[in-house]
Amino acid sequence: MSTLAQRVTGWFSKTEEQAAAASEAALRSDRFRLERETDWKRLEAIVTRMEKGRLRGISDEDLLALPVLYRTAASSLSIARETSLDRATLSYLEALTQRAWFLVYGPRTTLWGWFRRCLGGGWGAAVRAIWIDLLIALAAMIAGTVVGWLLVSSNPDWYYSLVGANFADERVPGASREVLHGTLFGHQKENGLSVFAALLFNNNAQVSILAFALGFAFGLPSIMLLVHNTTMLGALLWLYHGQGLTLDLIGWLSVHGTTELFAILLAGGAGIHIGRAMAFPGEATVLEAAAAAGRRAAQVMAGVVFMLIVAALLEGFARQLVDITSTRLALGGFMLVFWCGYFFVWRRGRVSAEGH
Amino acid sequence: MARLPWKRKAAGERRAPRYVPAADKRLRRVITPEGVALPFAIGSRAARASALLLDLFFIVGSMVGTTLLLIWVAGGVGIQGDSLDKNTPVAHALQALAIGWIIAMFLYRNAYFLFFELGPRGATPGKRICGLRIAARDGGRLTTEAVIARNLVRDIELFMPLVFFASAYSSGADTDEAGWAGLAWFAIFVLFPFFNRDALRCGDVIAGTWVVDAPRRKLEKAMSLGEGARGRSTLTGAAYRFGEAELAVYGEYELQVLERVLRDGREEALAEVAATICAKIGWSAGSGDERAFLEAYYTQLRERLERGMRFGQRKADKFVPYARQATSSAWRFTATELSYYGEQQLDVLEQVLRADDPETLGDVAARIGGKIGRDVDTADARPFLEAYYAQLREKLAGRVVSGVR
Repeated sequence: MSTLAQRVTGWFSKTEEQAAAASEAALRSDRFRLERETDWKRLEAIVTRMEKGRLRGISDEDLLALPVLYRTAASSLSIARETSLDRATLSYLEALTQRAWFLVYGPRTTLWGWFRRCLGGGWGAAVRAIWIDLLIALAAMIAGTVVGWLLVSSNPDWYYSLVGANFADERVPGASREVLHGTLFGHQKENGLSVFAALLFNNNAQVSILAFALGFAFGLPSIMLLVHNTTMLGALLWLYHGQGLTLDLIGWLSVHGTTELFAILLAGGAGIHIGRAMAFPGEATVLEAAAAAGRRAAQVMAGVVFMLIVAALLEGFARQLVDITSTRLALGGFMLVFWCGYFFVWRRGRVSAEGH
Repeated sequence: MARLPWKRKAAGERRAPRYVPAADKRLRRVITPEGVALPFAIGSRAARASALLLDLFFIVGSMVGTTLLLIWVAGGVGIQGDSLDKNTPVAHALQALAIGWIIAMFLYRNAYFLFFELGPRGATPGKRICGLRIAARDGGRLTTEAVIARNLVRDIELFMPLVFFASAYSSGADTDEAGWAGLAWFAIFVLFPFFNRDALRCGDVIAGTWVVDAPRRKLEKAMSLGEGARGRSTLTGAAYRFGEAELAVYGEYELQVLERVLRDGREEALAEVAATICAKIGWSAGSGDERAFLEAYYTQLRERLERGMRFGQRKADKFVPYARQATSSAWRFTATELSYYGEQQLDVLEQVLRADDPETLGDVAARIGGKIGRDVDTADARPFLEAYYAQLREKLAGRVVSGVR
């Protein structure tokens, strides 16, 4: 029948026609079904519309009726199971209750709403909840930097294997101070910075997703990835240190680096958190512990992607446009203070880490 | 004794296994807050694989489509060799296109699954076509975090081997080695769902989700509305009334088969089933009037069984009365004689009894007889098998209670 007719019949729980049909039925269980099927069909129509994402086409009345209709269908199902042997009706009710259940107990907010709540405190709480793992990740990154420095200073050949080919163009051991200085300053006039920023973001985002996902193998690959990526930093520091440009390099890196390295720290920490939860699940089962850790870490990761966008913008634009080490240091320092303050100082009481 | 993390339970506290027929192995029950047990069927691995292939096809298709579109737009703007670095309006337009492309590729790779699985259907287009959706494993709300977690892990499952191979190729390293490493990596993650009961992939483990069937069914017609249901034939005017003994031969299983046959409404099937029932209860229905006969029989059988239900007596299938007789029948088997077979053989035996083919019955009876050392007459095959089936089922059920399988 047409949806209009369905809607009209939906206004009354039982029409004359329905009642007549119900008394026609020879079986008691069929009478039970005929008396209730208008409600079921109304629920089905609402559910179908909501599944198609056409929320606007649903009247307020129908939206308010959804939980009630769902409970009616659920109770019909449990009664029908005890009284009816009509397989088709039972499977219909099971499928319908299931579909309505997914909507009634589905995600409450939209992706955008969730993201807003996440930025408004949920993210910071999730970050604070994995502080032990962040310390481990920080230790891994510092260790990576130190190892990189030590390796290159003992044998400069290491430099070529630690620093990728794309970085080792003119920044090689033995380069003069002028060349190295030139790589840090004097790029204000360059064009195509925005493309560069987008590429950087894409690359960094994939690396941090990798650091997170590898946590699945008890967190060890995440730590290795962190160490590996920071040895390059150590090697670069050694190279510029040799020409007395340490502070300038740190300034050059810190504009975006405080944000980017912080994001990678968070991603690695999230991965380690999952690995640690699986290796030492405590009282819960491994699966439960992994699921709880995974959800907490996922919230951290959504924020990491956001941080990487900020980092890419800083790296692509701010670093090239600001050409003075002290300003660069101030900018990077400000970002670091901002993130630390945002995560660890600013908190809002009403939003918990789980977001419930 | 120190416990290893993957051995959470000591030997004594093992969950007692239940006897689960093969068809129900994928069924899980989730209790809703209203206290109603909802059955969920774990999505089959084949359906999930085809859903994934479809999704990959859509993703790659949109990637290629977007790229071609952007190239076409770029062609309209006018491409010059190194115009990207110049400070001209054309270069700016090209830069914008390049950024658009990079962001689009990132979104296709990472946000496609996220976007669709967060929607009200909880499924990507591929999953929807294959009748699947995702759900929280604990029966609670499906949270946004869970969907994010399960899809971030997808990155290392699917795309890592490709990236691995591509980077080895571009840096000129040994692609053979990288290819094998990528393949091994891929195999580990692809095979992961085959090594757990709920067909979880790594992302499901971390997110606390699983993939279930999402059935959609239409409400079919009520069965007892027509004249046939009242036992009157509109065609011949004959009245069908069945006695208690004639209705007692079948159970719920047979009722549901009959329901399916009636709903499908295929003439040959109707005639065949009517003939079978007539032979069983010793009637002869006029040919051409099978539908009315079956409708009457269905309604009266269902009425009888539902009445039984209301008094707490359910009858699963036609073997139940046999089973009851069989345990007190001439055939009594010792524990040793019953110890040769397990659940799988019980399932097979059940199928053989249902098929009711005299030749197969004789064969199987002879084989079991040979195994346990008893002579079985071919005419005796059915009672023998029924008794063996009933007693084996009882024994297996008993063992399940005591926790040995």
